[in-house]
Amino acid sequence: MSYESVLGGHRYRFDTLARLLAAASPERSGDRLAGITADSEQERVAARWALAEVPLADFLTEPVIPYESDDVTRLILDTHDAAAFAPVASMTVGGFREWLLSERADAVALAALAPGVTPEMAAAVSKLMGNADLVAVARKVRVVTAFRSTIGLPGRLATRLQPNHPTDDPAGVAAALLDGLLLGSGDAVIGINPATDSPRAVRDLLELLDGVIQRYAIPTQSCVLCHVTTSVDLMARGAPVDLVFQSIAGTQAANASFGVTLGLLDEAYEAALALRRGTVGQNVMYFETGQGSALSAGAHHGVDQQTVEARAYAVARRYDPLLVNTVVGFIGPEYLYDGRQILRAALEDHFCGKLLGLPMGLDICYTNHADADDDDIATMLTMLGVAGASFVICTPGGDDIMLNYQSASYHDALYLREVLGLRPAPEFEAWLASIGLLDERGGIREVSGEGHPLTAIGKELAA
Amino acid sequence: MSEVAVQAGELWASLRQRTQARIGLGRAGSALPTRHRLELQAAHAAARDAVHSPFEPGTVAAGLAGMPTVRVRSAAPDRLTYLQRPDLGRRLDPTDRAHLPVGKWDVVFVVADGLSSRAVHEHAAPVVRETAARLGSWHLAPVVLAEQARVALGDDVAHAMGAAMVVVLIGERPGMSAADSLGAYLTYRPVPGVTTDADRNCLSNIRPPRGLSYEGAAGKLAGLMGRARELGGTGVGLKDESDHSTGADRLL
Repeated sequence: MSYESVLGGHRYRFDTLARLLAAASPERSGDRLAGITADSEQERVAARWALAEVPLADFLTEPVIPYESDDVTRLILDTHDAAAFAPVASMTVGGFREWLLSERADAVALAALAPGVTPEMAAAVSKLMGNADLVAVARKVRVVTAFRSTIGLPGRLATRLQPNHPTDDPAGVAAALLDGLLLGSGDAVIGINPATDSPRAVRDLLELLDGVIQRYAIPTQSCVLCHVTTSVDLMARGAPVDLVFQSIAGTQAANASFGVTLGLLDEAYEAALALRRGTVGQNVMYFETGQGSALSAGAHHGVDQQTVEARAYAVARRYDPLLVNTVVGFIGPEYLYDGRQILRAALEDHFCGKLLGLPMGLDICYTNHADADDDDIATMLTMLGVAGASFVICTPGGDDIMLNYQSASYHDALYLREVLGLRPAPEFEAWLASIGLLDERGGIREVSGEGHPLTAIGKELAA
Repeated sequence: MSEVAVQAGELWASLRQRTQARIGLGRAGSALPTRHRLELQAAHAAARDAVHSPFEPGTVAAGLAGMPTVRVRSAAPDRLTYLQRPDLGRRLDPTDRAHLPVGKWDVVFVVADGLSSRAVHEHAAPVVRETAARLGSWHLAPVVLAEQARVALGDDVAHAMGAAMVVVLIGERPGMSAADSLGAYLTYRPVPGVTTDADRNCLSNIRPPRGLSYEGAAGKLAGLMGRARELGGTGVGLKDESDHSTGADRLL
């Protein structure tokens, strides 16, 4: 099936839905690298005119990657909920945009709709939306998940405390952990990217984090971000695994490049559920995604990088995750060139994830060879805070010394909570109060003295 | 300064012995104190400048102490294109490919700007000299100085010259704590478009005095090269058996 529109006296034709979606995407370096971007600004807008006329129902009969050759396509179509889709089933993509922005699409309607939306529908409608539209709709969507803390409640913003260390030195990790806790961070997860994937190193870090969480009765969860097979192995050996982590992507071949299959994820999910380590909920999975990974793996099938990214969310939602975040600017400028492209991608990813029913957070970040700086971080944080992001990732001073990239800092999270009146997860907030870290206004008290009981974490390990 | 603050300063000073992470920075309201904000900006500026500083092949050639050199460019015409089109950075400019000398070389060293020409200017020539000095009777090709180059450009170079092995010395992606880190990638009989990153061996963080020393890097490289020749291959089958771990630079 082909798609056409006329703009400026010129007739534009797009041979497939995948071609149309790619041409309608905002300019970004990854799609240019893949050779699938619009040839001109006029062609881009012409593609959007044509896309606006496409019935949403077409996405159920014309998959962008064939059903037979890709298990993510099969997952999307086989689990599509026709009853949930019914309220929008007769709409075009353009009409869907207007419905989403209208008062009829309130939190209740959007929650009911989620199982009826496919990733391609979400990506398509996002291409017709401005940045403000993406904020306005995402803000209405509420996705609440829980393990030992509750994530995604209105008026709350959680953070991942990321105490990475280039050699996984326990004292170095503990020092960064202390720093983050004293700045009120860690209610989404205390999550470490280990320097190696060796089961021994991962287990040591898991035990370190579990020890601190238990000793101070912190209502949060830990995660050492290793390959899912490592987690399965460690769970079988009785290691204290709270959340199972995996990087995922939007095609079967890209997931294969990460060494994962849906079957492997099923197995890990069942194993983690069986541990029953949550207290206020049993959402046990943590996924990371990011635009460009499928292209990077040579597994994008000619589909634009945002649409492929949205398809990764279909994989995620199969497992009722506690947390999903896009690591938005991590891969580099060959996928998202500058602060403008990274911001746009962050808003798209957050919108699509929320629309599909996921607890979306972000690693708002860039590499030093991208054209971005800490002002871009501030802009993205503010917009995503307004958009109702469930959580953000925070690193000491915004500088990750293990992965060599720049992210938000613990200070940035304090800023965001302050200017938008956002509070930590309720269980974590109560804990902060109990250890004297909340001030009379509900903000994080500035504590630097040796007198605070938490400083024992650092003192003992540094000794 | 109060007594509590002094003690806290001591605590963070001792904790910072265990990590380079920017911990215990203090606060100005919710934000960073001015000094730490400016320190972060200074580190970011150094990293940015490293990415965008032009490659000066003459600087490297001067440091090579008389070794013959050839200059080439990749198919990426400028920095902006280079950053967005890694595929072009992996291919030689066709004119330059035609100028490469063909021979029965045992190895060709390629000095590539990568993402930090500063790393290359400071560290590449000593590593080439130290490594060459350990190779005895090896038949060395002229050192190729490559502009706007990715690691895989070395495959194109070695293939065009007929070299049995290629060592690419390249500026690594700059972090805020290290803007001048050099990586070394060893590949045996590469074929452009066929050879993958799994076929390479890598040394990263060559950056004395904080990272690997020139002697250390040269010793490891020469050892790996000797074994690669015996084995007839590089990559996952060839392990670094010396005392230090190597660790491929997964971020480049």
